[in-house]
Amino acid sequence: MLGALTILLVFQLLGEVIAHGLELPIPGPVIGFALLFLTLLACGGIAEDLRTTATSLLQHLSLLFVPAGVGVMVHLPRLRDEWLPISVALLVSTVLTIACTALTMRWLIRVFSKNTAP
Amino acid sequence: MTPKLADIWVYLSATPLLGLTVTLLVYQGAFWIYRRANFHPLLNPVALSVAALVLILTLTATPYATYFDGAQFVHFLLGPATVALAIPLYAQFDKLKRAFVPLLGALLIGSATAISTAVGIAWLLGASKITLISISPKSVTAPIAMGIVEKIGGLPSLTAVLVVSTGILGAALAKYVLDFLRITDHSVRGFSVGVAAHGIGTARAFQVSEEAGAFAGLAMGLNGLATALLFPLLFWLVSRFA
Repeated sequence: MLGALTILLVFQLLGEVIAHGLELPIPGPVIGFALLFLTLLACGGIAEDLRTTATSLLQHLSLLFVPAGVGVMVHLPRLRDEWLPISVALLVSTVLTIACTALTMRWLIRVFSKNTAP
Repeated sequence: MTPKLADIWVYLSATPLLGLTVTLLVYQGAFWIYRRANFHPLLNPVALSVAALVLILTLTATPYATYFDGAQFVHFLLGPATVALAIPLYAQFDKLKRAFVPLLGALLIGSATAISTAVGIAWLLGASKITLISISPKSVTAPIAMGIVEKIGGLPSLTAVLVVSTGILGAALAKYVLDFLRITDHSVRGFSVGVAAHGIGTARAFQVSEEAGAFAGLAMGLNGLATALLFPLLFWLVSRFA
């Protein structure tokens, strides 16, 4: 677990160095994610240790959003003043995004499987 | 409170230990309820935890900054967790290769829908300019969304709240929207939740199936990348014509 955690942190660090060094608008962890993915492709496999650590970290991914979410208490006055536009925008936009993404993907999968079918 | 208890409280409320421990305890309580309810999407553990913690902090008159001194250790793990998404993604790589064009098309449509409908609806209903800016990257994972908003003059901490709210909404409603549209393929279900509801949607997708989770994680990473690259351009265009 210690080794796997170190690997994750090293890739995050590499990502941060690249993001800041090249002044990219992309956050370091996302670059680290891309680098680790490319490294796994190059190695052609995942160490068991890395797999189990990643799985247990991702199992409780939602916990990691709690501290940022509690920040809602700082913004209560603004949210009270603008509750209608904010809540309607979040609700409708989220539903529409799920629907449009899913319908586009399903349609494209059908189109492409038709073209490649013998 | 007796004087002695008050002393202990003063001491503890100044150390990170309390904020961290309370976060873990509350989350595990929320997750226990969520599991007892058979992972009902409307009993999202993030929503339950945030509600309980806000109540506790309000009742004990603890400022958010004090709480965050402890909770930041949990918050920090978002970074390594983002990196760790490479692992389930790699496990699904064969499926990913086969569906490359559908994924890219769905990503672009989904990403554009998320930004344009959020800003459009909030603008129609009279939201302030700073709220419009802060709500625009609401479907992108928190660290990216906050970075973008900081660059274009919004409030990063407000964005964090809107991002988490979006994630909770997406995780709670996705099942109903996707069932209504009769979408059964787990790769499509996962991907659309990941585009719309980033990490919280991804966490929910992992609870449903490994395949849905991997595609949700992929969608979250790609949407983050695409938005980080395209957003500054889009904002420049809009501010020229609006």
